[in-house]
Amino acid sequence: MGFKTFIQGWPVYRQLTGTDPLGRGAAAQSARSAELAPRTETADGMARSVCPYCAVGCGQRVFHSDGKVTQIEGDPDSPISRGRLCPKGSASKSLVTSPLRQTKVRYRRPYATEWEDLDLDVALDMIADRILAARAETWEDVDDEGRPLNRTLGISSLGGATLDNEENYLIKKLFTAMGALQIENQARI
Amino acid sequence: MAEAHPVGFQWVMEAKKRGAKVFHVDPRFTRTSALADTYLPIRAGTDIALLGGVVRYILENELDFREYVLAYTNAANIVSEQFVDTEDLDGLFSGYNPDTGSYDHASWQYEGQEDNAKIRGTGKERDSASGLEHESHGEPVPAQAPRDETLQHPRCVYQILKRHFSRYTPEMVARVCGIPEEKFLELARAWTENSGRERTGALVYSVGWTQHSVGVQYIRTGSIIQTLLGNMGRPGGGILALRGHASIQGSTDIPTLFNLLPGYLPMPHHADHPTFDEWVDSIRHPGQKGFWGNSRAFAASLLKAYWGDAATPENDFCYGYMPRMTGDHGTYQQVLNMIDGRVKGYFLLGQNPAVGSAHGRAQRLGMANLDWLVVRDLFMIESATFWKNSPEVATGEIVPEECRTEVFFLPAASHVEKEGTFTQTQRLLQWREKAVDPPGDARSELWFFYHLGRVLREKLAASTERRDRALLDLAWDYPTHGPHAEPSAEAVLKEINGYEVATGRPLNAFGEARDDGSTAIGCWIYSGVYADGVNQAARRRSRHEQDWVAAEWGWAWPANRRTLYNRASADPDGRPWSERKKYVWWDADAGEWTGYDVPDFEKTKPPSYRPPEGASGPAALAGDDPFVMQGDGKAWLYAPSGVLDGPLPTHYEPAESPMRNPLYGQQANPTRKIYEHPINRMNPSPPEPHSQVFPYVFTVSRLTEHHTAGGMSRTVSRLAELQPEMFVEVSPELAGEVGLAHLGWAHLISGRAVIEARVLVTDRLTPLRVDGRIIHQVWLPYHFGTEGLVTGDSANDLFGITLDPNVLIQESKVGTCDIRPGRRPTGPPLLDLVGDYQRRAAMTADRKVPMVTTDAAGGDDAAGSTDEQSPAAHQDGEPHA
Ligand code: SF4
Repeated sequence: MGFKTFIQGWPVYRQLTGTDPLGRGAAAQSARSAELAPRTETADGMARSVCPYCAVGCGQRVFHSDGKVTQIEGDPDSPISRGRLCPKGSASKSLVTSPLRQTKVRYRRPYATEWEDLDLDVALDMIADRILAARAETWEDVDDEGRPLNRTLGISSLGGATLDNEENYLIKKLFTAMGALQIENQARI
Repeated sequence: MAEAHPVGFQWVMEAKKRGAKVFHVDPRFTRTSALADTYLPIRAGTDIALLGGVVRYILENELDFREYVLAYTNAANIVSEQFVDTEDLDGLFSGYNPDTGSYDHASWQYEGQEDNAKIRGTGKERDSASGLEHESHGEPVPAQAPRDETLQHPRCVYQILKRHFSRYTPEMVARVCGIPEEKFLELARAWTENSGRERTGALVYSVGWTQHSVGVQYIRTGSIIQTLLGNMGRPGGGILALRGHASIQGSTDIPTLFNLLPGYLPMPHHADHPTFDEWVDSIRHPGQKGFWGNSRAFAASLLKAYWGDAATPENDFCYGYMPRMTGDHGTYQQVLNMIDGRVKGYFLLGQNPAVGSAHGRAQRLGMANLDWLVVRDLFMIESATFWKNSPEVATGEIVPEECRTEVFFLPAASHVEKEGTFTQTQRLLQWREKAVDPPGDARSELWFFYHLGRVLREKLAASTERRDRALLDLAWDYPTHGPHAEPSAEAVLKEINGYEVATGRPLNAFGEARDDGSTAIGCWIYSGVYADGVNQAARRRSRHEQDWVAAEWGWAWPANRRTLYNRASADPDGRPWSERKKYVWWDADAGEWTGYDVPDFEKTKPPSYRPPEGASGPAALAGDDPFVMQGDGKAWLYAPSGVLDGPLPTHYEPAESPMRNPLYGQQANPTRKIYEHPINRMNPSPPEPHSQVFPYVFTVSRLTEHHTAGGMSRTVSRLAELQPEMFVEVSPELAGEVGLAHLGWAHLISGRAVIEARVLVTDRLTPLRVDGRIIHQVWLPYHFGTEGLVTGDSANDLFGITLDPNVLIQESKVGTCDIRPGRRPTGPPLLDLVGDYQRRAAMTADRKVPMVTTDAAGGDDAAGSTDEQSPAAHQDGEPHA
């Protein structure tokens, strides 16, 4: 290490000679922090996304590396949000990486006091059986005057306002075809 | 807005910087109030009185934008002689039927059209929440009505409006709302001074406005003001609803709602729509003006998208498969049916009604009485654990060993783990790219429903049951990819957009829809989102690279139009009203409409166009009829039909109020939807006796740091840490009256529940002097429940179930309660405390809530007549105090 490098490694020197006389920026930077790069620069990729909370629809940039979300930031290009996120939007990375997130199917038997594990495929199959049974038990073909009803009032659903349009589309399409009429979401609430 | 939609609020601040005056009306002083020029505290549930005062101020001082009003509204239309206003019927309109609690609209029609109207009671419309269909279009009216362009005819809309609102004086506003006259006048002056040719004013509301038994009429009153002032369809104007969930607009457009199909087509009703033609004609109204004239093509194309090859013109596109409504099938009716054992299975998809819906106890008891429940969520929420961890487990009402509900909890994929579009509050669709795979068993709803449909169809493959045909004939082939066979969201978006059946070519606009089966369209108002085969919702041209309308960021329905009815931004001759407020105009040389936005008008129809005799559909709209989805092309100051609780807004007290209505003998909305079920006991309001048992008004709303029922925020450490505990805000005066200590505990009691909260004594709430007495209001956040990192009692448990008649949304922004110091009892004594209040308020299981109160004594009830609210509730024997 030459003298110049040595002396420049001393923050007070940089503070006195550089552009940062108050020592609040570059002058105070350590060698270690000078080497650091933001996660966003080293990310494998970035997805253009949208905040999942309220309906303002702030733009998000979701940075990811090795299949994990490493950072979520406001999208400065968005004409809606101009790069800003509120406390909820800013907490989106904590939301999607929260240790409390459930990643396994849980099953509660009638009259049980605890959850059990269940395979996803088995769960899907059991749910399909229950739908068919509920339809068989509660199906209404026609009304008193013989006009068509084609429905079951034995099945209900609530939810959609946090889901994608494509998802709501399939939900409504499938439920309508199975005759399940009682489909609702937050827009009623 | 600063609290619940903080990033949207930056634009209010931008406007303020440029000289806009910001008024904030709220029962509680918030961060929005802190940044507003003027804050007006209001008694919860009295907004129509305030806005009605503004309407009166405009009309008395002739401050309406007269040219706009004459040309673009129904102000000059003459109404039937049979119409009788609330002025003359003490708060009821003509046509009221006390047996059904609904109106016949015949007398509300324009002169000479009484017989054209759907003359009938409207109880059926109420049960099917038919008001929601008008999200994208008006109710039918015949196009030609008699008019008086001088606005002098005593029965013209303008004069009726003037008489109707004449009693909404500044003194009355003060008396009803608790807003001092000077503050009211400051608002009325600023609003009118900042509207007209050169200026526009905006009305922004949060959707708590819809959570009232007169919610639709709140918004109607706002529309009347904005229409009178010429603020509709113009830049810087409008009525802006701030909706609360990332895609709640999308889930209304492509509805997961019982009474609607995509694009606001009505779900068929068994009696009104037995056949395809009757169903279509009920939407199209043959002979009517406007774009709904094409609805046969939209309806046929939807069924074609649903049933594919099986849907042909010969079989009415499988219309026979559609399930039919017979009445009210809304979420609250469903919950009461669950309690009564009539529902077998329930799906919860990213929704937590145990905390987020009114009357949490009813919600949880309903869930405890199902055969099975499927919960799909990111986190373990209260609605999944009600059987082991809920207030009812504590009181012994739910015993796990006796609760039969089988529960499936299926983890869901988050917004970064799937691709698809959200529609935000301005109708803008934004496509999200996928960043990472969902963890473990977590899957998208797209995956779950696609594969559920696949399994159901496989299981039924050999079925010969007639009821299974609709499932077996369903067009359900979506390309899948990846190890979990995830369906392609783009393929679904393409179907939503619509395509030509023969070639698969995506349609460019809904004008290409056909009624012969040659087009399939999943949601006609979204047609164009995949124009030219390009995912338009994925467009992300930087705001720095385009103008302020930013038309190349995402895609707005309809037709990428950012401001609806923007033809109204130009005068009848097609010239901008002013240079400052120029937006869309007629370019005579080019022979077309042009401007900053996509014109909301037929591109080459000149302002001078007049429809030929007998025209219908779009061709019947004149070149100066800007409100193109309305049956007459006009904005409606007066609604001859379509709004079930009156052609004009009227102030009614909330279903639960400590006060007699100061304006009319009719206390509350006479058409509100009530449920007389033993679990749903409403606190008495004047003129009924015993309202003083629940002397205080409570309201609820959001904290910046939490989101609705808390499932996405109480589970997130950073947010939980910022707002760690349930609390109640009370004024210092109320704290003194009841004996509440700052940071101590209080419990609140309604006829449904008792909840506890830490006390925050703050002058953000202020006692209001209303009708000669003091009304205390308390405020609560509604985010808390028993699961997550931070827990607390749920404010929504306090509410009963009373609904707006137009859209069946519950009144959950205002109710009455008592508040007492200290923690609530636990276990069975908690039920005793509620029972004790019910007994004192005579809330028996079979009590009938009086709907018509015009004959009742007009005076105050016993407790209400004193100046300071007497704490009567505390004097009359409290076994558990
Ligand atoms: S960042 Fe905040 S304001 Fe923006 S969409 Fe998300 S929750 Fe709404």
